[in-house]
Amino acid sequence: MRVEDLPVSPPRLLNGGTRLIPSRSALLLPWAGLLLALVVSIPVLTVLRSLAVPADGLWLELLALTLPRYLANTAVLLAGVGLGTLLVGVSAAWLVTVCRFPGSRSFEWALILPMAMPAYLLAYTYGDLLQYPGPVQAALRSWLGLSRGSSWFPEIRSLGGAIVVMTAVLYPYVYLLARAAFLEQSVVSLEASRTLGRGPWRSFLAVALPLARPSIVAGLALVMMEALADFGTVKHFEVDTFTTGIYLSWFGMGSPIGAAKLAAGLLLFVLAVIGLERLSRGKRRYHQTTARYRPPTPFRLGGWRASAAIVVCTVPILVGFVVPAVRLLDLAVVAGDQRFGAAFVGLARNSMLLAVGASVVAAGLALVVAYGLRLVPSRLMRLTAWLSTLGYTVPGSVIAVGVLLPFGALDNAVDGWMRATFGISTGLLLSGTIFALLFAYVVRFLALSFNSVESGLGRITPNMDGAARTLGQGPLGVLRRVHLPLVRGSLLTGALLVFVDTLKELPATLIVRPFNFDTLAVRVYLLASDERLSEAATAALTIVAVGIVPVVVLSLAIARSHPTQVAT
Amino acid sequence: MKSLLRGLAPALAAVVAAVLVWQPMPSVTQAGPALQGAVNVYSARHYDTDDALFNGFTSQTGVAVNVIRGTEDELLQRILSEGANSPADVLITVDAGRLWKAQEAGIFQPTVSDTLNTRIPANLREPEGHWFGIAMRARIIAYAKDRVDPAQLSTYEQLADPMWKGKVLIRSSSHPYNQSLVGSLIEANGLDATQEWAKGMAANLARNPQGGDTDQLLAVVSGVGDLAVSNTYYVARLRTSAKPEEQAAGQAIGVFFPNQAPGERGTHVNVSGGGVIKSAPNRENAVAFLEYLTSDEAQQKLANASYEFPAVEGVPSHPVLEEMGPFRRDTLNARTFGSNNQLALLIMNRAGWR
Repeated sequence: MRVEDLPVSPPRLLNGGTRLIPSRSALLLPWAGLLLALVVSIPVLTVLRSLAVPADGLWLELLALTLPRYLANTAVLLAGVGLGTLLVGVSAAWLVTVCRFPGSRSFEWALILPMAMPAYLLAYTYGDLLQYPGPVQAALRSWLGLSRGSSWFPEIRSLGGAIVVMTAVLYPYVYLLARAAFLEQSVVSLEASRTLGRGPWRSFLAVALPLARPSIVAGLALVMMEALADFGTVKHFEVDTFTTGIYLSWFGMGSPIGAAKLAAGLLLFVLAVIGLERLSRGKRRYHQTTARYRPPTPFRLGGWRASAAIVVCTVPILVGFVVPAVRLLDLAVVAGDQRFGAAFVGLARNSMLLAVGASVVAAGLALVVAYGLRLVPSRLMRLTAWLSTLGYTVPGSVIAVGVLLPFGALDNAVDGWMRATFGISTGLLLSGTIFALLFAYVVRFLALSFNSVESGLGRITPNMDGAARTLGQGPLGVLRRVHLPLVRGSLLTGALLVFVDTLKELPATLIVRPFNFDTLAVRVYLLASDERLSEAATAALTIVAVGIVPVVVLSLAIARSHPTQVAT
Repeated sequence: MKSLLRGLAPALAAVVAAVLVWQPMPSVTQAGPALQGAVNVYSARHYDTDDALFNGFTSQTGVAVNVIRGTEDELLQRILSEGANSPADVLITVDAGRLWKAQEAGIFQPTVSDTLNTRIPANLREPEGHWFGIAMRARIIAYAKDRVDPAQLSTYEQLADPMWKGKVLIRSSSHPYNQSLVGSLIEANGLDATQEWAKGMAANLARNPQGGDTDQLLAVVSGVGDLAVSNTYYVARLRTSAKPEEQAAGQAIGVFFPNQAPGERGTHVNVSGGGVIKSAPNRENAVAFLEYLTSDEAQQKLANASYEFPAVEGVPSHPVLEEMGPFRRDTLNARTFGSNNQLALLIMNRAGWR
């Protein structure tokens, strides 16, 4: 099982461009895939449509005043988080995959733990820990005997702070994908490189890294998209980024159109970056040229090297998981949420069911769309599939509006028609229901499951489809009997990623949910935004606790994903 | 891996089944006879203590309160997209600018209620009854007790005086609290003077604005600057905090109500408030709900829970607010400074006040 090519990647043609002409009845599946992908694209299209609406003068002036700063901050943020996650993710992945040192086995899974931490939670926690009256500064003051009035401590609520926080929670994406790529590399290539006189470092840089490049870039793209879409952290740290601009246009200037324009610009930017990377890779392809696979003989590290490796692997876990978790636990035990108890069971249930629902729906949808694309790899199909995954780059609130608008329009149109025709008012059928909420999640996170399933399917040779079809199976039979068992791993990976992200998701949940319907993330937000972190800690810890289970399952699955054990 | 998957499959199937069967939607009652059924509240107030208010209303009238909490602008967007069929009866938010924005968007209907009109002072409600303030917060100048003599302070305008160069702390211009304050300055002094003032403020800033009001207060305590502009309840929260560090910080700063001299317009106050939605399916319940919020009982609960000043005259404030002393408030109607918010934002950004 791999989680390769998670972000928006243009669906690949089947090897050799073989096109499997489906029978008539089986055309149903590609059509269903096309239709579903189109429906999921509606919110993004709603956002993009705003580009055509003219903007008003006040908004333009504000934009001219503020946009340069937003862009500069966003560029620094992206560069910082990109570099940070790259360094942490790749070096940790390399160390635990290729080297053996005390604890390296445990680090393999522990390095994924920060994934269970929502970024905004980390921002709240570190903001609280490191602020002036917080425990760290207070302790330092009393140790050093400093008087009130010295402000030498670096400010956590800053661009630098945001970079550290986001790096700490986002590096696992790079780590996961880099690790999966390193695991797949046969040691044969590395040995050849060593035999030809390259040292371990040069081998890493000249052989292992280029081979893993597509996966690492895929992870990095995920990180960038997450960082771009983040609002919780930058809001809490009051760092003006492009997302701030979207919010300010919308809420400050009362211009949802302006906000959507900026969001559309953001989309175009992401597309440009991904396009550039592909361009720079050019026609170069890095393939494993040998079928001989031998599990790598690990480099045994000792002495200072082992210590250094331990430090490299420990620091990210400490910063991204242990310190905030301990702090939250401390807060929860000392003060905590007074509503802990029966009400919490309800919150946890809501969160769990939404997360499971979203991940199951996203997985099913991803399978239909990806398989439809495999059967009919037409340009239209590819474009639609790609559109349907763009929601991942758009901030949750913007997606929420993209969901609210068409749902409201549909509901009111149905209501109007029913009134006119039958004199019955149907009211709002979909707006403000769980269905609308699940839809929003799927729009936002489909990229995670789609790319996972799609890359899984891509690894299955079309010869297998051919063989199965020759043996009398229809396309659906092939899917059920051949593909499903083979891509089960990818399907599960995608579902788990969606599960974890849904559990943490906030802006869309907040605004699309039904009456009296709270989730753990909502509870955390309502308390923490009111600067009552101690009370929020209880719900926050529950999110982390619930999120850890899939994270551990994920890491176990990956640990077992050696090529020899993969059914492909 | 396979056995793992096999183990998970039934569990997954069970949860899927649960999702399908599970019906979390409470039934939203449609408009019925007066004071039965429910009232649907979209609230941007995040305080747990508001639940006590809602329960108080339910036990008094038998009307259930359904709530969605969110951020005001998103709630507004939701009401707009839900259109004529929106279940929303009442929208409650915490800033006059946002109330005005909601009114501009056309989602409120005018409400005529003797109770509301007599209980709430005229300048705290929209003249045509589109919305009503239920609680107030004053925007004050907090100063470092050990470094600033309050006699040096006088008005908001004076904060832009070069004597405070590098001393003033205030949050970002993107926040509505500042937009409403500057909106009131525009009304009092005109656009040009306010633009000059904003330039002076930007020049006097101790640091590029960062953090919320609480952070400005703490920055005064830690010596980054000497003066901070903040809402009253943030000071109250520090002073009543359970954490000794925060309590000490709250005591280290003094509260100054600006523009109090005879002839001055008074200290800027902003409101928490709400209005009845145009398409409200439970209109009468909605009005009764707003009226309940202005009852002595509810006002008292509000005041004690969120350290706001009650909107209704005669209801005592929380002792920590009383301690700050009596003050005269700017009686400019909230609609006026609310409607100036966008201009204010632009003026601050022109001056380089982020």
